[in-house]
Amino acid sequence: MTRKQRRLILIGAGLGVLGLATALVLSALNESIVFFNSPTDVVEKRIAPGARIRLGGLVTPGSVARGDNLETRFAVTDGNNTIPVRYRGILPDLFREGQGIVAEGKLESGGAFIADTVLAKHDENYMPKEVADALKKQGHWKDDYTKKPGVTR
Amino acid sequence: MPLIDLANPTRFLRLVERLLPWLAGAVTLVIAIGIYQAFFVAPDDYQQGATVKIMFIHVPSAWLSMFGWAVMSIAALGTLVWRHPLADVTAKVAAPIGAAFTFICLATGSLWGRPMWGTYWVWDARLTSVLVLFLMYLGVILVWRTVEDPSRAARAAAILTLVGAINLPIIKFSVDWWNTLHQPASVFRISGPSIHPALLFPLAIMAIGFVLLYVTLLLAAIRTEILRRRLRILQLMQAESATSSRS
Repeated sequence: MTRKQRRLILIGAGLGVLGLATALVLSALNESIVFFNSPTDVVEKRIAPGARIRLGGLVTPGSVARGDNLETRFAVTDGNNTIPVRYRGILPDLFREGQGIVAEGKLESGGAFIADTVLAKHDENYMPKEVADALKKQGHWKDDYTKKPGVTR
Repeated sequence: MPLIDLANPTRFLRLVERLLPWLAGAVTLVIAIGIYQAFFVAPDDYQQGATVKIMFIHVPSAWLSMFGWAVMSIAALGTLVWRHPLADVTAKVAAPIGAAFTFICLATGSLWGRPMWGTYWVWDARLTSVLVLFLMYLGVILVWRTVEDPSRAARAAAILTLVGAINLPIIKFSVDWWNTLHQPASVFRISGPSIHPALLFPLAIMAIGFVLLYVTLLLAAIRTEILRRRLRILQLMQAESATSSRS
């Protein structure tokens, strides 16, 4: 074996060990790396009322009700579970029914979520307005939006 | 001329001198077409409106920020395994270029995030891992600046580069492994791009233009660095002969 081959094997082995270590660390930290919890996570993990979390999911169509002083009530769903949310403040432009959002705040003891920040999640679809309108007209619009990866997980 | 001859710095320099004007012309042309297509021809997005224009700068810079590190990783192997001087030079000059593209990616992404998400910055897996990439670029630049002996600096920077290469798959797959605020991949994904051709076409031209820009900057920087090293050796020799003639 030449010196070059030996160095190559040494580097390969070192990177392999380092990669494995990183993978173990990342999988151990999985809980804190995820940016938000879906409504199902909130129900399954039995997150205590009062703890600050981020709740992510789709705004349930038909659930948005606007009150006085910029107060908005809506529900966030992932298809399996739905959590009602209360928020006072300015909503991002992309906020609307059926849109993916991430709300930061805490759970009330009654099961409702009090948000102090609402961020809109943009999806990976890019298209001109005319195409979107045409798709809507044909009825193919976001048929599968409850099955989108990253929202149901 | 066989490819292996390019490993000779003198032959490499001669080729670069001939290529650079053509490359610079191609970069200007392709990016001009790309900007025209992106800003005057491409339609607005159905939900982002005109904000989608930021994507045409942000996405190619993001690709090049990762490509830049991949180039440095290959050069690092060249340094550590084959001890090739051209690999040292490439690794050194690729760091500031990669850092610049990473900075453009972070800055434009932040400007896009404010109107679309509602925030300039969040600590989700994608944004954080790209910030780590940027900091590692700065770390590599710092190693080159602090270690005076070029061959020792090359080895230290090469080890740091290879360790940092582990971040590349983390950046790419962060949006799939964890839920993030950043959207998943739109172009390089198994089921094909989810960008309408009217928006994908200008993006492709911008991407080609940015890759050409990267190659041009890299080759020009390699040339400058080779000449700088030769100058340094000449100065060392001159200083030596001056001291020996005096004694």
